[in-house]
Amino acid sequence: MRNPGAESLTGAEILVRCLHEENVEYVFGYPGGAVLYIYDELFKQDKVKHVLVRHEQGAAHAADGYSRASNKIGVCLVTSGPGVTNAVTGIATAYMDSIPMVVITGQVPTHAIGLDAFQEVDAVGITRPCVKHNILVKDVRDLAPSIKKAFHIARTGRPGPVLVDVPKDVTAASCAFEYPETLRLRSYNPAGKGHPGQIKKAAQMLLGAKCPMVYSGGGVILSDAAPQLTRLVRMLGFPCTNTLMGLGGYPATDPQFLGMLGMHGTYEANMAMQHCDVLLAVGARFDDRVIGNPAHFGEVPRKIIHIDIDPSSISKRVRVDVPIVGDVREVLDDLIKMLEASRDKPDPKALKAWWERIGQWRSKDCLRYDHVSKIIKPQAVVERLWEVTKGDAIVTSDVGQHQMWVAQLYKFDKPRRWINSGGLGTMGFGLPAAMGAQFANPGSTVVCVTGEASFQMCIQELSTCRQYHLPLKIVCLNNRYMGMVRQWQEFFHGNRYSESYLDALPDFVKLVESYGHVGMRIEKPADIEPALKEAFSRKDQLVFMDFITDQTENVFPMVPGGKGISEMILAEEL
Amino acid sequence: MRHIISILLENESGALSRVSGLFSARGYNIESLTVAPTEDPSMSRMTIVTSGSDDVIEQITKQLNKLIEVVKVVDLSEAAHIERELMLIKVRATGKDREEMKRVADIFRGRILDVTEGTYTIELTGTGSKLDAFIKAIEASAILETVRTGACGISRGERILRV
Ligand SMILES: Cc1cc2nc3c(=O)[nH]c(=O)nc-3n(C[C@H](O)[C@H](O)[C@H](O)COP(=O)(O)OP(=O)(O)OC[C@H]3O[C@@H](n4cnc5c(N)ncnc54)[C@H](O)[C@@H]3O)c2cc1C
Ligand SMILES: Cc1ncc(C[n+]2csc(CCOP(=O)(O)OP(=O)(O)O)c2C)c(N)n1
Ligand SMILES: [Mg+2]
Repeated sequence: MRNPGAESLTGAEILVRCLHEENVEYVFGYPGGAVLYIYDELFKQDKVKHVLVRHEQGAAHAADGYSRASNKIGVCLVTSGPGVTNAVTGIATAYMDSIPMVVITGQVPTHAIGLDAFQEVDAVGITRPCVKHNILVKDVRDLAPSIKKAFHIARTGRPGPVLVDVPKDVTAASCAFEYPETLRLRSYNPAGKGHPGQIKKAAQMLLGAKCPMVYSGGGVILSDAAPQLTRLVRMLGFPCTNTLMGLGGYPATDPQFLGMLGMHGTYEANMAMQHCDVLLAVGARFDDRVIGNPAHFGEVPRKIIHIDIDPSSISKRVRVDVPIVGDVREVLDDLIKMLEASRDKPDPKALKAWWERIGQWRSKDCLRYDHVSKIIKPQAVVERLWEVTKGDAIVTSDVGQHQMWVAQLYKFDKPRRWINSGGLGTMGFGLPAAMGAQFANPGSTVVCVTGEASFQMCIQELSTCRQYHLPLKIVCLNNRYMGMVRQWQEFFHGNRYSESYLDALPDFVKLVESYGHVGMRIEKPADIEPALKEAFSRKDQLVFMDFITDQTENVFPMVPGGKGISEMILAEEL
Repeated sequence: MRHIISILLENESGALSRVSGLFSARGYNIESLTVAPTEDPSMSRMTIVTSGSDDVIEQITKQLNKLIEVVKVVDLSEAAHIERELMLIKVRATGKDREEMKRVADIFRGRILDVTEGTYTIELTGTGSKLDAFIKAIEASAILETVRTGACGISRGERILRV
């Protein structure tokens, strides 16, 4: 029922009031014709702060980074046409990693839709395959309910970005404003608790395991279930591995942690994954970069328990034996209770033998690298970074070799500290995501580890960092190559480095200085640590560290495309 | 295997393109798709005929259920069901073929809806294969135009699909 006493507001006013109702702190955006009424309303208030980026891709990544680093919903606001198309990469990035985000896009007036109007683009059509949901608001009376719906859908179930497309005349029209308190969607009821019968089966299967393995992913981070996962793994005494998206879900410095698994996972994690007899998969989706060739993976008969909130993630690439649809946190709570109540314990003898096998795999020391090199090894920078920040920084990254080295070597002990684009693999993500992370955590140390190629994809955001005094620390592992591309060309394309060398690189030190930041170039291994210390001592400044690293370094281990996860190329084999 | 999937979904603009977009984006087959509002005008019922392995059909139903506007999904082919399709077909009917055409239409329980000196327009309902059989039964050169709705289906017995 609409309240007859409700005040009449314009669509633009309503939109801003909805953001207040949702306790939105920041909107990352960029103005333009279709959103002028909305910007006018933002101007008249100071509850919601607007962060002006320099490119709409940056707005979407910043909102996404804000969300990943806080579990609050990142909001981004862009104009119609090119504003929307520029944001699409950022929306797709959030979608692939299931990040909750609300994107508000301006649209041409309703009467002009479909007439090839100036800056018209079918925002709902263009983004349909890369959003959890989207809505075109054609009537101002639908605006508040649509925004309510957008926030609700973005944050519940398997999270994801939701786009609300608002035509200009809708922002100018008026109606009575009332923010709906509740929302009834007959077609949308995400799962919560898991089925007790299935959880019981899982508990029995875990207790009967001889060579168990716990494999967890982004779902643990998204549902804030790291404490539950840690508790479960410790009480069972099982080994645990994380996907790239799951890092920080289990403390990386813990002896039960085997490191990341997958294409660039550790030898021990991949071997244990392949050879376990019971696998507990928690909020992870058996990605192709994780299990390699599914036929090879399926050659070993193991029982699989899979906890996921999205039924379509279950038995998509790998058949599972005990599917549990539900929220990770709730399911793990119930599973822990059931295991605690049980008199059975995992077989200590079998477990001991299993750990011995794992110990042998571990002794390969698969992440080792040349410690006496006269040229800076990128891995050394990451290890020193971990020491200097005491493992306590929020670290974002771009995409490439540098991303993998951070995943392998920066030991994340806590969730929401590792922020990277896993599913879409978007170069250019690191800097704007770090901005969002810093807004969400003003007192924390935020580092962006990047490559000289990736960094240039959203480099304009250095200006945003200046405007808002964001004291980010940027670690550039500068190998003068699109290193990850170069590595594939070396391994699989006969050393033909087609278009992967980066000619005409800018002088990054001068470049960042021109934006008003501090730049450093580091060329000798002995200077790594002093440089990092110096940079991190500059608490109020953005410091860009250009580490000139070994051009020929590769990421090991590596599972080549189409191979099984136990068929890794290791450093010594080359 | 061929499957008939019935979907109840919100009768909102955009819902249809979300479903068809899902099929093309994920590479699922669509043999036919029909949709119209139900007795409750806020809801539409869609029937999709598709084919795929059991794994693919499982993914199709799961992915459909994920769409926010989709209220319910059932695979009718899992149990006994009735399937019907409507075809309108315009055929050349002259001379001695005219009588023969009427005879074949009668055998297939077709109804002649429109008549001109040289043509019949015939309405036929049945399963897709019955309609195919009719097309085979008449002279190919006699066919002037066909239009088919694609299958719609409903479960037999007490099984119902509603909210
Ligand atoms: C250069 C490069 C190299 C890469 N190499 C690797 C690699 O070596 N190893 C690796 O692991 N990845 C690697 N990736 C990343 C890979 O592409 C995937 O993004 C990643 O493996 C997916 O992680 P995930 O399975 O944890 O799933 P996510 O994408 O994080 O998905 C989360 C899952 O959890 C579920 N979920 C969400 N919320 C909940 C909840 N509340 N309760 C229950 N379930 C929930 C979702 O439905 C989904 O199934 C690489 C990426 C790049 C760009
Ligand atoms: C937007 C985009 N374009 C292209 C790619 C393909 N790609 C993946 S890694 C990579 C090279 C990255 O180079 P750099 O940022 O220098 O990192 P490095 O691998 O050298 O550490 C490229 C081109 C991508 N992931 N994203
Ligand atoms: Mg590089």
